[in-house]
Amino acid sequence: MSDAPLLQLEDLHVQVEGKEILRGVNLTVRKGEIHALMGPNGSGKSTLSNTIMGHPNYEVTKGRILFEGEELVELEPDERAKLGIFLAFQYPTSIPGVTLANFLQASLKAIRGAENVKPLEFRKELLGRMKELGINQEFAKRYVNEGFSGGEKKRCEILQMALLNPKLSLLDETDSGLDIDALRIVADGVNQLINPEMGVLVITHYQRLLNHIKPHFVHVLVNGKLVQSGGPELALTLEERGYDELLQAHAVPAGA
Amino acid sequence: MSSDAATLQEIGNDYKYGFHDAEDYVFKSGKGLTRELVLEMSRMKGEPQWMLDIRLHALEVFHSKPLPEWGGELREIDFENIHYYVRPSEKSEKNWDDVPEYIKNTFDKLGIPEAERKFLAGVSAQYESEVVYHSIREDLEKEGVIFLDMDSALREFPDIVRKYFGTVIPTEDNKFAALNTAVWSGGSFILVPRGVRVEIPLQAYFRINAQNMGQFERTLIITEPGSYVHYIEGCTAPIYSSDSLHSAVVELIAMEGSTIRYTTIQNWSSNVYNLVTKRAQAFKNATVEWVDGNLGSKLTMKYPAVYLMEEGARGEVLSIAYAGKGQHQDAGAKMVHVAPNTASTVLSKSISKDGGRTSYRGLVKVYPGAHDIKCNVRCDALLLDEDSRSDTYPSMEIDNKDVQIGHEATVSKVGDEQLFYLMSRGLSENDAIAMIVNGFFEPFIKELPLEYAVELNRLIQLEMEGSIG
Ligand SMILES: Nc1ncnc2c1ncn2[C@@H]1O[C@H](COP(=O)(O)OP(=O)(O)OP(=O)(O)O)[C@@H](O)[C@H]1O
Ligand SMILES: [Mg+2]
Repeated sequence: MSDAPLLQLEDLHVQVEGKEILRGVNLTVRKGEIHALMGPNGSGKSTLSNTIMGHPNYEVTKGRILFEGEELVELEPDERAKLGIFLAFQYPTSIPGVTLANFLQASLKAIRGAENVKPLEFRKELLGRMKELGINQEFAKRYVNEGFSGGEKKRCEILQMALLNPKLSLLDETDSGLDIDALRIVADGVNQLINPEMGVLVITHYQRLLNHIKPHFVHVLVNGKLVQSGGPELALTLEERGYDELLQAHAVPAGA
Repeated sequence: MSSDAATLQEIGNDYKYGFHDAEDYVFKSGKGLTRELVLEMSRMKGEPQWMLDIRLHALEVFHSKPLPEWGGELREIDFENIHYYVRPSEKSEKNWDDVPEYIKNTFDKLGIPEAERKFLAGVSAQYESEVVYHSIREDLEKEGVIFLDMDSALREFPDIVRKYFGTVIPTEDNKFAALNTAVWSGGSFILVPRGVRVEIPLQAYFRINAQNMGQFERTLIITEPGSYVHYIEGCTAPIYSSDSLHSAVVELIAMEGSTIRYTTIQNWSSNVYNLVTKRAQAFKNATVEWVDGNLGSKLTMKYPAVYLMEEGARGEVLSIAYAGKGQHQDAGAKMVHVAPNTASTVLSKSISKDGGRTSYRGLVKVYPGAHDIKCNVRCDALLLDEDSRSDTYPSMEIDNKDVQIGHEATVSKVGDEQLFYLMSRGLSENDAIAMIVNGFFEPFIKELPLEYAVELNRLIQLEMEGSIG
């Protein structure tokens, strides 16, 4: 089993509200690999990460998602989380009335098993991680994402990643909304978490994040298909040239 | 399987107080409400003539008033099929050991004696129509705090009871207040003397045991100038296939500069009609806070009120309601600004699930002379599925221009995005919903003493497990 790649997408087709968004995506992420996923707005990047995490609105109409060789499509999001998949959301939602500390403790209990989470140790771990990510301790008592600024939300997503220690992390535009210092802190945080057992898929529009988190592979998603893959240099080329050529070459066929 | 057991299964085993005891009572009235019954009750209690007169008058008022046309479905109540007076034991005891064994066991199961030892200043336990146990900490007694069951108060302090009984909620107020006044039994009487602050809560616990039972407790709380009290009541009943009726009257009088906080955690079984009249008068610079948690029951109609009688008075209602399958919570608040410079806030939160129905019914009234009024009303409803329902019926009668009134109402559904977010962090669907619900109720829960907050969180968790999956 351990030889199987962490993540394998095979000819993945996904519909939202009856509309086809992903139109045959193939992608393999192995342990220790960092993949960057780029592409124009609306090309389907978040659709891809939401689908891997199991969002009920995204319907897999064709193809497979394998995690360490196991078919994911029938699994609920919590079951996927327990396998070791983590999604840092592009737009983290707020949960009024639930403190960040309570939420994280419940989440950790669910993932690690309640018997493995002792309140005092949890508190220590939480505060330690918050400090590393430059998050004020007061946030532990605040309600999840409620009134958080864009950058604060993103830091808290990485805080969750740090605590849950997943095998596969999907980071959906974690850099958007971060100021220059925060970008560095968050990227450093992510780099510290990355280990040879972990795979990462970084969704981003900007090279600047990839200066910190250095990908082994870069892929370009256009209109629901991966149209180009390459090494880190591909990101630089895209930054120079933009998506125009690729968009023209890979327009959605009429009637699709 | 007995029909009780069947009913129990039907509701998904999520009501853990549904057990009942065999009956071994000193007196149990036949079914139905008659003048003879009222005479008999009053005689057994050894009441003064004036109280009997009040009862007999109330009985007439009850018969003469039609059922309310609004609120919930009341026509199914069979007033002839109810036991109006059930006396489980001879007298109210001050020592748990003297309470009849089977009743003590029940209260043990409900955790009452334990709670008393741990964090209460006084406890009253009512079983059917009578208070069977009563105690108050000695130091409070020495300071002159009176905490008695209402029947004992009538015997020991007839003049005080006579002075205030029915002054906040007159017999004619509504049909169910009249019913209570005719057949009232048990309930609490509290008097906190001038300047005394009762810092830890006093609690009363109300338990219905018999089938087709009517419980009509009567509570009167008076705080003298500058004093403080926090009173908590809890209620449960067994699950039967036929209905019981709980119709209390609660009158609060907060004198100058005093504060009353009245907390209710009601968790009736789903065969109880809960029709309660609660009203307070707040005098100069006094504060009255109703913290009202409504879980369970078949139908609840309850609108705690504060009459702001003099300048500087403040009223607050903080309530939650939860309606599951076959339940209707018609709850709300009334704020009556009689005097100028008075303020009130209402925060109502309700959740409906499995076809349950919640309604917010509120009244804000400002008298012509009452200027400089601040009033804020907010009601939020959360629907957990498509079959459930929530309505708001706010009404305002404002006879003064110099008022600041805010009213806000929201209805929302548990969002897919919230569920997905929590589940993506490993929480099961049930746990995720319970967490969203707890968060929704948080403004209420954080006002409760810790022990009650924990218990309420647990109850909500149980309710969420009840029917999903
Ligand atoms: N729940 C939904 N309902 C309707 N349409 C949706 C939904 N989710 C995604 N879409 C549509 O699918 C397409 C792809 O959206 P997606 O969010 O995956 O794009 P993206 O590549 O992440 O874009 P961006 O770079 O702006 O984040 C868009 O046209 C979007 O409107
Ligand atoms: Mg996106």
